Amino acid sequence: MRAPATDLPIRFDNVGFDIGGAPVLDQISFTLDGHGPTVLLGPNGAGKSTILRLAMSLAAPTRGRISWAARDAAQAERRAIVFQRPVMLRRSVAANLAFYLDRAQLNAPARAARIAQLLQQVGLADCARRPARQLSGGEQQRLALARALARDPEILFLDEPTASLDPAAAKSVEAILRDIAASGIKIVMATHDLGLARRLADDILFIARGRLVESAPARQFFEAPATEQGAQFLRGDLVL
Amino acid sequence: MGADAFGLMLGDPRLWSIVGLSLSISLSAVAVAALIGLPLGALLALTRFPGRNLAIVVLNALMGLPPVLVGLTIYLLLSRSGPLGAWGLLFTREAMIIAQAVLVTPIIAALTRQAVADLWEEYRDELTALHLGPMARAGALLWDARFRLVTAALAGFGRAAAEVGAVMIVGGNIDGFTRTMTTTIALETSKGDLPLAVALGLILMLVVLGVNGLVWVIARRGERNDGIIRSDPLRGA
Repeated sequence: MRAPATDLPIRFDNVGFDIGGAPVLDQISFTLDGHGPTVLLGPNGAGKSTILRLAMSLAAPTRGRISWAARDAAQAERRAIVFQRPVMLRRSVAANLAFYLDRAQLNAPARAARIAQLLQQVGLADCARRPARQLSGGEQQRLALARALARDPEILFLDEPTASLDPAAAKSVEAILRDIAASGIKIVMATHDLGLARRLADDILFIARGRLVESAPARQFFEAPATEQGAQFLRGDLVL
Repeated sequence: MGADAFGLMLGDPRLWSIVGLSLSISLSAVAVAALIGLPLGALLALTRFPGRNLAIVVLNALMGLPPVLVGLTIYLLLSRSGPLGAWGLLFTREAMIIAQAVLVTPIIAALTRQAVADLWEEYRDELTALHLGPMARAGALLWDARFRLVTAALAGFGRAAAEVGAVMIVGGNIDGFTRTMTTTIALETSKGDLPLAVALGLILMLVVLGVNGLVWVIARRGERNDGIIRSDPLRGA
């Protein structure tokens, strides 16, 4: 069993974020806690990715306050993120993982064993020596997950992890995400994929036009959304 | 004259000693320039400070530094009455290495800056998310840009090997001691003794061809492999 996440709860208090003076996020307040996957759901351009970047300390809020386990500033030692289009280092698959494991300060045999275990976990055991940039999109996404896991995170942020994948690749990534969630890692995922959100989420944060419109347990949100915008999104209508 | 030249190429030990000296000086200069130019280029690519743009413009301009000007400057610095005269380096191989390193450093630094800046655009999110320190960040970028940096180093080598003005001034073209391929070609041509000059010219051309061939092979291999390291982390190497 994993130790409790030291950065949880992550709390957003009236957070706003501007780019070039234009608000991208406004008055966002929520708390990320517990171990079940939380999904940020919403249309493209809603601000989901920006929320992930703020929670990962990759940007600072323009307004409001973010805290990690009641701390205002926290080094993201126990947080990892997988971007929508992860960049593969110009190295082999195994060397990509070795780079992300560098901070773990393992000796060479332990590092080699950890790399083998991570590759096994994401189904890339046969690809260790292949150039990472020559992997397929699905394989690259799985390697990105393995790299994130190499940091032994307590919280894993995922930005549209299956958005650019074919159904088979998306299915394999989803299976890995289930395993990761089952291992006790807190998953926080941004997506506009309703099917993926339905299957994975414990909680939903529905975001539209830079605002948190609805926050609810997943079952409740999908069965009876509390807001008209949530209902529109579930129907596939344009969310205004 | 052509037959004489080839005869000299094969048989004259003096010629091979000149070739060896030229290569050792140019390779040493490139090594020194790489030690300075790689971190300098990475620093300029990854840091922001007042005057940075001016520094980049100056660095790019220094790629076209006239060799005779470099030779003259270093001559003045190293001459007996110069500020570094006590070192006693004038008319030595070390002075020639310094002169060539001064010429090559801006080339390596400028090409490194561009390569690292290009890669940083691509890697920014990933490396920022890892919260790496500046040294680790620069190290990762330099390593992943290695094929372009090898090309930069070889471009510097081409500049050093073909250069004559600076090494002539600071080396003095002393027979058997500081005489290189280019200074010998200049001297023998002025004396009207062309066979040795032609032989050295041919060898110099072969060296330049070899350098370009090496660049082509490395670049092609890099593109094909898209960056595989030689060490194998699975073996704990």
